[in-house]
Amino acid sequence: MSAPHSLCAWIEGVGLIAPGMPDWASGAEVLAGREPFQSAPSVLPAPLLLPPAERRRASRVVRVALASGLAALEHAGVDAAAVAAIFSASTADGHNCHALCETLASNDHRVSPTRFHNSLHNTPAGYWSIATGAMSASQSLCAYDGSFSAGLLEAMVQTATSQAPVLLVAYDAEHPDPLFAVRPIPDAAGIGLVLSPVQTPRSLARISVALSDTPPDPLTDPALDTLRTAIPALRGLPLLGLLAAGGPGCVTLEYLAPLSLSVSLDRC
Amino acid sequence: MTPLHLARHTVVTCVGDGLAPLRAALLTGTGGLTPCRFNGVALDTWIGEVAGLDDIALPAPLAEYDCRNNRLARRGLESDGFDAAVRATIARHGVRRVGVILGTSTSGILSTEAAYRQRDPLSGALPASFNYRGTHNTYSLAAFVRDWFGLEGPAGVVSTACSSSAKVHAAAARMIHAGLIDAAIVGGVDSLCLTTLHGFASLELTSPEPCRPYDAGRKGISIGEASAFALLERPPASLDADAVLLLGCGESSDAYHMSSPHPEGRGARLAMEAALADAGLTADDIGYINLHGTATPNNDAAEGCAVAALFGTRVPGSSTKGITGHTLGAAGALEASVCALALAEGFLPGSVNTRMLDPTIPIDYVLSTRAAAIRYAMSNSFGFGGSNCSLVFGRAG
Repeated sequence: MSAPHSLCAWIEGVGLIAPGMPDWASGAEVLAGREPFQSAPSVLPAPLLLPPAERRRASRVVRVALASGLAALEHAGVDAAAVAAIFSASTADGHNCHALCETLASNDHRVSPTRFHNSLHNTPAGYWSIATGAMSASQSLCAYDGSFSAGLLEAMVQTATSQAPVLLVAYDAEHPDPLFAVRPIPDAAGIGLVLSPVQTPRSLARISVALSDTPPDPLTDPALDTLRTAIPALRGLPLLGLLAAGGPGCVTLEYLAPLSLSVSLDRC
Repeated sequence: MTPLHLARHTVVTCVGDGLAPLRAALLTGTGGLTPCRFNGVALDTWIGEVAGLDDIALPAPLAEYDCRNNRLARRGLESDGFDAAVRATIARHGVRRVGVILGTSTSGILSTEAAYRQRDPLSGALPASFNYRGTHNTYSLAAFVRDWFGLEGPAGVVSTACSSSAKVHAAAARMIHAGLIDAAIVGGVDSLCLTTLHGFASLELTSPEPCRPYDAGRKGISIGEASAFALLERPPASLDADAVLLLGCGESSDAYHMSSPHPEGRGARLAMEAALADAGLTADDIGYINLHGTATPNNDAAEGCAVAALFGTRVPGSSTKGITGHTLGAAGALEASVCALALAEGFLPGSVNTRMLDPTIPIDYVLSTRAAAIRYAMSNSFGFGGSNCSLVFGRAG
């Protein structure tokens, strides 16, 4: 058996879109407790980088993934083509799945080609590379409620093994009825993080990640903690809260019980 | 990359359970495709259906995972001594040190399709028996396999359409090299469902006859289903000469179109070049390429263009999808197994159903299986969303 193993990197940029937190600048104020949390539907910017036809058709899940990833890149001052991208979500587009299953349950099974390719889990990753022109590797992961941590772990592993910066985009979008009854995700949200294997002048904090047995930490504010548990991508909010509060510190994030992720931040 | 040992591998396809029927099909050039009768689907196409999946269930403690996809996974776990090999590895390393990284595109969406036909007429609710997390959710496959073995280590599903279970090799290798785990169960499981049958039909990509990869008259894909698993570990101090190693992985994005490959296979070529570089090999070192070769006009032309640019006519290659159909999210792991058999046993797989090669694709395409000692093989897997992955495998000696 090996000793507990810790992976290290530097956080270069953050993107956040969540209910009541339209961007990282305002979200950081709320997460640090400097501003009160006021619930409001997530605001999803139009994906201006996509060609007009794709832009019109872009679903909420594509919009939230692209916008949170681009915000993190902009914050880090990094070009999309320069990073491998890791997308992680607890499911594909729920609205699209609902429409597809309704068609397939009807007497006319003909589905639209766009509906079909938009049913893929890696649809946002596909649109990301089309929008940014990035031909670098991209990953599309799912680990149900552990999807944020699965993505973070993959991002930490990739930046350590490639010795190159990576972009993590953890995102989810709401489910319509009747899927909502079996998977009650209420709104769209996304967290983007640019990680670098080396410290740069832009570095915000040093991050260390290790596998752990400790139960996940809740957020102190009950309303924010409700968000954390309602939208799988926001299982990463305690990490953003630590960053917003100025660190250093350590939080435990939900992964795949009994396994969790222990995340430490040190200021640069 | 540092080589990893493919310590055990297994497949279940339309030609049967385990490596033996696949080997026989490869050596004799016989396929397992049949006209589509799946679930009353009225499509003029052929499919690679695995028999008997309606007749098995999962063990009671794992009943929440019961769906076609996980039944197919179970059949894979119980083939070729895979289950016992994994348990021996877990006994050596511990339940926290063996990862589960699997690929799927369909997961158990067939269960949701069925649930939508049983909605409550008044409320529209799905039936109470429907278990979303255990069946439809993309992670369900890895959750099932992790619980099957009682594992507590890192796990996840890669879902990048038809490159999914190739990319799991890269993800697992990274985790092993980063020191998070000592071994990984990798692989892919994809099962027939209305979404893929009608979806590919809507794109006019399904063939009305058994698929004919790289044929001048190819008319599209035959959708198949499969489970394919491998156990990846650091190599032991000594290996038999015919042991197979994972030597390199290359991944790229097309940045071109959601459902069409770049016409010149620009992303495909990047993935192949990256896999060669990762393995520390050149194009001339490769002895066989298992092509993605879906038999759609666009895929084979684009892949052929990239292969011709990189390998010319110097390296033999073929698609084996005429035997199994295109097993989508399972194709990468299934065709890794084909490469492993070809390397270990010394043959070049032929291309079932291909009659007249496309004269516009200048590569060395293998029509009939023949004996050949090869040291290194490449496997290509390219998916919707422009997701590309190439893997390089080699013999230990």
